Order: sequence, then structure tokens, then C-alpha cells
Amino acid sequence: MATNTMKHVNQINLISFGITDKALLEMLRAETARIFSCKVNHKEARTELGQFFDGTRRQYNADSLLQMVDQNYSKAESKTLGLFQVDLFIPILTYIFGQAYLNGRSAVASGYRLVDERYGIKTNRQNYPERFLKEVIHELGHNFGLIHCRNIGCVMQASTYVEDIDLKNADFCPVCRKQLEQ
Amino acid sequence: MKKNSILIVDDEASVRDSLYNWFLEDGFEVSCAEDASKALKILDHEHFDIILADIKMPGMDGLELLRRIKQIKPDAIIIIITAFATVDTAVQALKDGAFDYVTKPFDPDDLSHLIRNALRQVSLKEENETLRERVSALEQVEDIIGESQAVKKMLTEVEQVAQSNTSVIITGESGTGKELIAKAIHANSLRKFFPLVSVHCGALTESLLESELFGHEKGAFTGAVYTRKGRFEMADNGTIFLDEIATISSKMQVELLRVLESKSFVRVGGNKTITSDFRVICATNRDLKKMVNEGSFREDLYYRLNVVNINVPPLRERKDDIPLLVNYFIAKYCKSMSRPLVIMEATAMKRLQDYDFPGNVRELENIIERAIVVGNGKEIKLRDLPLSKPVTLSKTESLNDLEKQHINQVLTNYSWNISRTAQALGIDRVTLYNKIKKYDLKQ
Repeated sequence: MATNTMKHVNQINLISFGITDKALLEMLRAETARIFSCKVNHKEARTELGQFFDGTRRQYNADSLLQMVDQNYSKAESKTLGLFQVDLFIPILTYIFGQAYLNGRSAVASGYRLVDERYGIKTNRQNYPERFLKEVIHELGHNFGLIHCRNIGCVMQASTYVEDIDLKNADFCPVCRKQLEQ
Repeated sequence: MKKNSILIVDDEASVRDSLYNWFLEDGFEVSCAEDASKALKILDHEHFDIILADIKMPGMDGLELLRRIKQIKPDAIIIIITAFATVDTAVQALKDGAFDYVTKPFDPDDLSHLIRNALRQVSLKEENETLRERVSALEQVEDIIGESQAVKKMLTEVEQVAQSNTSVIITGESGTGKELIAKAIHANSLRKFFPLVSVHCGALTESLLESELFGHEKGAFTGAVYTRKGRFEMADNGTIFLDEIATISSKMQVELLRVLESKSFVRVGGNKTITSDFRVICATNRDLKKMVNEGSFREDLYYRLNVVNINVPPLRERKDDIPLLVNYFIAKYCKSMSRPLVIMEATAMKRLQDYDFPGNVRELENIIERAIVVGNGKEIKLRDLPLSKPVTLSKTESLNDLEKQHINQVLTNYSWNISRTAQALGIDRVTLYNKIKKYDLKQ
């Protein structure tokens, strides 16, 4: 059980920006609460995302979004993750699925690149919620100090393609779980 | 587990931050520098497995930084990143020793591959260093213990012959350390970074020896499930050590001569000619010249092999070295058995110096090992030595008589258990069988 994990953290906050799928948001909240064994709140937020849009790359700057979440929504003794539906980038990479401060209090994750149609694959919307959940857990894992794991199937394994995300589980391997609980 | 380290050199804070977070999440120890001069300062006192440097920076650019780092640390793994790739700069970077050259922004998967390849290079480099250390450890001829004139003369010969490419025959009785001499020659030769491949000819039948030396193709004979390289092929650029060369058959003598002359051969069951550049060192405890005269060893092969002959003296001819050897083996076995260092009682040492050691250094080594195992004090006493009574040389007895008597005694002590007797005598089983036959010993 991950009760020790939350020793210094009261709760996890999921803040959604422009995501309207209520069932998806509730699933993310409930599953995150189950996996981290802690209280998870969900709140909708309205922010003008245009200021984070990079016209040259036609993508949204994840570093700036992460800063915005950290400055405006994060609180001490809690972890806060911003949920988006936009194409994220960081200056050095063509795209990312999510981003977090290692051992920090804030993270962001986006479902934009988690759908099959972006890759010319036959649409299968059933994969989408689970992929989004894995990304949320992965980024929150970084917030709790976990680094990428080499254990196949662990949610902390680095994923660069959606196929990689499909291969791993939504939960932590015993090694990461133990570290999380310390 | 040791963390890999990375240094990021880029004047753009957003790029530095992006890479910093990415590598932190990937488990790296990350440092950043905003320009080349700061990077050089950091590199002055810190080591990094990988250095990622942007090409376009104010002041010293990435290519200049690459050249400077390579001057100080030729093995450094440096990846050059740029926003504007041109063929010229890419070629220049690679010519100057960059590990790779990438254009930003890059695909996350490309970055993962790039770093994985760089880390593979890091581990190969570390492995290479370890192997080099191991090889230079081999160079130490300290394992050849002795300060007697006989040993000094032999070491001078080893030194003289090592640097050349000539064939060497090492002669000497069993247990004198012929293989050690072969190792010393190889370790001090120009071939030292390539393999020293040993073959114990006496332990293999003719067909096995043929397959062992020349290798075989898959299906060449029953049981040849895979194609296998032969020892000559494995010794390419190195040295092949053929122990107990006198035991090889006439057919193998012809084959060996042909290989030594052409440095080429065909695997058993194959038809492709394979060439290999090796140096050959042989060892024997027999008198090869006598065998040539008797017709049991080919004269042409003898002259081919016997360009230089190094004779390893038996221990009884260098008794002054016994105390040194005793102390060396005591230190060796106390260390390997994690025991405090013991010393040898004077009377025990005297007994050893009076003994003739038919099994030579190997026998002495086994005596010391046994004494450390069975003894339980700070001192090896006379009773810890497996020499039941003082061995005195009778004027009426020859050395052969003494050897016969001693072997017979040890055989009886071990109820004719060949392996244990051979171990106690410090000789191999084949030699023991030969001696039993020679002296016509019976149970």
C-alpha cells in the first residue's frame, strides 16, 4: 500500500484545461486515487492558452504551461497536474506527451498525441483513456522523485511512441513502488 | 548503481532547461553551462560520460569547444547539436571527433537512440580500459620468482626474445613453470594486446587436436553441430602456446610444419583457406634433439620451432630461491583464503631446502597450499609438511631412484588415487601416468 507515499502530500490535484469528456476526467481521478492511495481532486480551469502557442512550430510550449500550472494552481504539500488537449513541445524536442518537475509539485500531460488517428493508424478510441491515465501516473511519478525505469511494463518506463505506452501497465513495478513508499 | 553524467552546453536557457529536465527524468546526473568557456572550466575538475554542445554560441562556438575538449580528453564523447544543419559543419564536427551531429528539435525517439548509442560507447570504453589493465597486469613478470643466477639468466633471455617474432621452444621438467615463461614472453612482446592461446597437445587425441588447432565446419564430423574457429585462427595477431609439443603424432607434425611455413590452413571439413598471423611458442619436458635422432620427431619441424631455446632450470638447481618462493606462495594462499599471513618455522624451511622437488615449483606450491589449509597457527611447522622424513641424498642412489621411491610413497599414501597423488606431487595426471610406466610402479 502506498500510504507512506502521501506522508508529506495531502492530495493530488488534477486541473483540466479545455477537456470536456466528464467520464474520462472521472476515470482519471478515480484511478489516480487508487494507484497513489490518496485523495485526488479534479477541477476545471479556464485560461487563455493562446499565449502558450508558438506560431512557428504550431504547438504549445510545455515548459511555459508547466510554469503556469506551478505558479497559479500548485500548493505546498500537494501535487498538481494540468490536463490538456493540445500538442505539447519543448524547445529541443519535436513533441512530448507530458512534462514534470522531478521531485517537484507540478506536472502537465496532454491527450493530443495519444489518439491513433495522429499516426495514420485505424482509430481505436478504447486505447485513449488508458494511455492518458498512464501518462498522468508517469508524470506524477516524476513529481514523487521517480526516474525512468528499465522494467518492462512499469509505468515509469520512458515512452516515445503511443505503441510504447500501450506496452506498459498503468501501475508501478515493485522496485518503483517500494521507492515511492519510502 | 552508478549514474551516468552529462554536460549540456547551450546559450539558450530554454534548451538547457528542456534537456536538463529530460535527462534528470532519465536518471542522469546533469550539469549545464551557458557558454564554451564555462564548460571548459567545469571540465577542468569534473568528468562527464557525455557532453552535448550547441554549435552556435557567442564567443567560442561548439566546434572550437569540441576541438579544445578533444585536446584535453581525447576519449570524451561529444554530441554536437545545431538548429541549422549544413553538410560542411557536420563533416567538420565528425572529423574533429564528435560522436554524432544532430539537428534540433529532434524526435524524442531519436534522442533516446542517440543517448543509448553514446552510453554503449561509454561502456565499451570502460570495458576496454579494464581489459588493458588486465593485460598490463599480465606484463608483470613478478610471478616468476627467483634471484638465483639461473633465473636471472632465463629472464634476460625472455627479455631478449620477447620483442622479436621468432619461434621459441621452452624446455624444462614438469612443474618448472614453462607456461609462465610463455606468458612472460607474450606479455612483453608487441603482440601483447592480442590473445595468447594455449593448447595442451598431450591432453588431446590426434583428431581432437586437429579440430582444436584448425577449427571445423558445421557437420565436419559427428558432433560438429556448429562451425568452430581453431586455435590458430583465435591467435591471429597474438601468440599460440603449444604445450607438450613432443607428444603430437607424425601426421600432426606434418600439418603443423605446413601451417608454420604458410601461416594458412583449412578448417576440418571446410575448403576455404584461412590465414592467421601468429607467433608460436612451444614447450616440452622431453629431449627433442634426441627424438629427432631416434626419428620420432621431424627434423624440419624441430629446426622450424627451435629458433630460440629457453631452458627453465629445475628447482633443485636453484635451491637459493626456495625461501623466496615459499614466502610468495604463503602470501598468495593466505590472501586467497582470507587468512592472516603465516610464517614458516626455520626447521620446516630447512627441510624444504634439503628436499629435491621432483615436481618442481608446482610441487612446492602444492605443499605450501596444503600446509596453510591443514596448519592452524601463525607458523607452518615441520609436521604440516607432507614430507614424512628428512630426505637425504644417498650416494648410491640416483635422482631417478629417489623420484621413483618418492612417487611410490605418495601413491601409497593416497591409495593409488591418481588425481590426488598427481595433485600432491604437483604434476599433472598424464605426467604421473608416464612416470608410473617409466618406473614400472605397481599397486
